[in-house]
Amino acid sequence: MAGQLAVRDAHVTYKLPGRRLLAAVDGVSFDLAPGEVLGLVGESGCGKSTLARAICGLEPLSSGTVTFDGQSIPTLGLRRRPAHLLRIQMVFQNPYSSLNPRRRVGDQIADGLAIAPASERSSVAQLLDDVELDRNAAGMFPHQFSGGQRQRIAIARAMGARPDILVGDEPIASLDASLQAKVATLMRDVALKNGASLLFISHDLSVVRVVADRVAVMQAGRIVETGPVASVWSAPADPYTQRLLAAIPVADGLGRLPAA
Amino acid sequence: MSDTTPHGLSLRGLTLELGSKGSAKQILRGIDLDIPAGSITGLAGESGSGKTMTGLAICGLQPAGSRLGGTISYTGPRGAAPNLLALRPRAMNALRGREIAMIFQDPTASLHPMITIEAQLTDGMRHHLHISRSEARTRALALLSRVRVPDPETALKKYPHQFSGGQLQRIAIAIALASEPSVLIADEPTTALDVTVQAGILHLLRELCDTLDLAILLVTHDLGVMSALADTVTVMRYGEVVEHGSRYQVIREPQSAYTKALIDALPHPPAENTTEGQL
Repeated sequence: MAGQLAVRDAHVTYKLPGRRLLAAVDGVSFDLAPGEVLGLVGESGCGKSTLARAICGLEPLSSGTVTFDGQSIPTLGLRRRPAHLLRIQMVFQNPYSSLNPRRRVGDQIADGLAIAPASERSSVAQLLDDVELDRNAAGMFPHQFSGGQRQRIAIARAMGARPDILVGDEPIASLDASLQAKVATLMRDVALKNGASLLFISHDLSVVRVVADRVAVMQAGRIVETGPVASVWSAPADPYTQRLLAAIPVADGLGRLPAA
Repeated sequence: MSDTTPHGLSLRGLTLELGSKGSAKQILRGIDLDIPAGSITGLAGESGSGKTMTGLAICGLQPAGSRLGGTISYTGPRGAAPNLLALRPRAMNALRGREIAMIFQDPTASLHPMITIEAQLTDGMRHHLHISRSEARTRALALLSRVRVPDPETALKKYPHQFSGGQLQRIAIAIALASEPSVLIADEPTTALDVTVQAGILHLLRELCDTLDLAILLVTHDLGVMSALADTVTVMRYGEVVEHGSRYQVIREPQSAYTKALIDALPHPPAENTTEGQL
């Protein structure tokens, strides 16, 4: 199965007013193997979204490389994306803005299907089944759905392209707490069922713990710790990871305040 | 003022209706809720359940054209009102910000971007307490150190964009506390913040509640935050209260099917869950 993503010493730098530079991503290296679910966690401003955008070619690298099956990823310009890069698909944070409000859901999912290789092409109905939506949804418009349902539509559209890698940039952040774990698990299941690997970006460690096989913790543009979810959780090595884990309030009804 | 009634707020049969008489939509369908002083009352529920609307109605900030019913009675150390909903706008204005204050979800949106922190902090004080500018400034400095904003002197001269989200929420809390209110409505106070910053704000709210004898209404959908902070928890759905009880009872032994479903929907990694807090 193809779909090996390799990030080597990637740097993304933003220019600030007054000739200052901000290293948003500061020397990040990691691999995403086919069929793997990698959780990328960190607080706001740590560079995790910038890294996701760089992987999809939406943000130019200032140095380092991102390669997908051995080919490097060029920054997206005005031209159509090269065909092999269509096998990386992204699900964005806010389904209210990532779906077109004036087109029917079925048509938008069909856009995803159109770029899948003909031999592997699924159907709109099949995709709606995968994300546990009713088949009648195809004829409706995005505003007729709730936030959680819209995010399922966005996942169906991304999966329709039969990607090798699905990138989720905070895909659950705009959902109700009661939906977050459910949508995240669904995303994992759909990706793995279709043979894709998943890069799941979130600031919510408790959700990442449930969906990811491996986790990478980012702080100030660098990955400070990476490893299997269970071992990072039970024995975090880096002080920053320890602080992050200790700060999660647990719904145990005991009224314990998390460590500040 | 009688000392027999406990201080705080008491909501009875609160209803809120939106839209024209013919096609009215019931947003709140009779909420009974007590918010006693010195404790944190949690209000949980999914989006659209009416929890934010309840908080807004208490402050008299419900959307224009909505019709309210029921009573909200207030008893505080400086006076009482049998029903906030029956107050004239002038009387409500004297109460709002003075006795009942509110903090919102996103401090970058709730603070004015072009007014200094000093002006935003002292404005309410000067209006409600009729104190001089220098006196207000002294109080503002004390408030900022109370909520642990570093270097209060320079902070007063700054503008909101010069602070991080966590610092801004501390400033928003300071503004809410400026006139020493007895009731604080906190509407998703930590939802926009990172977990490590959230932990600091949770500690601050708990400490303020205990030391100032505040009645805090904590509106949040995050049951983790609820479990850490709230003393009693009320769960809402479709504008109705589906469950009410102590924190431990609601989270550990939920009675209603809906609360059970909410709790089961949380990411539940097995086993060592109970020791996580000590990591």
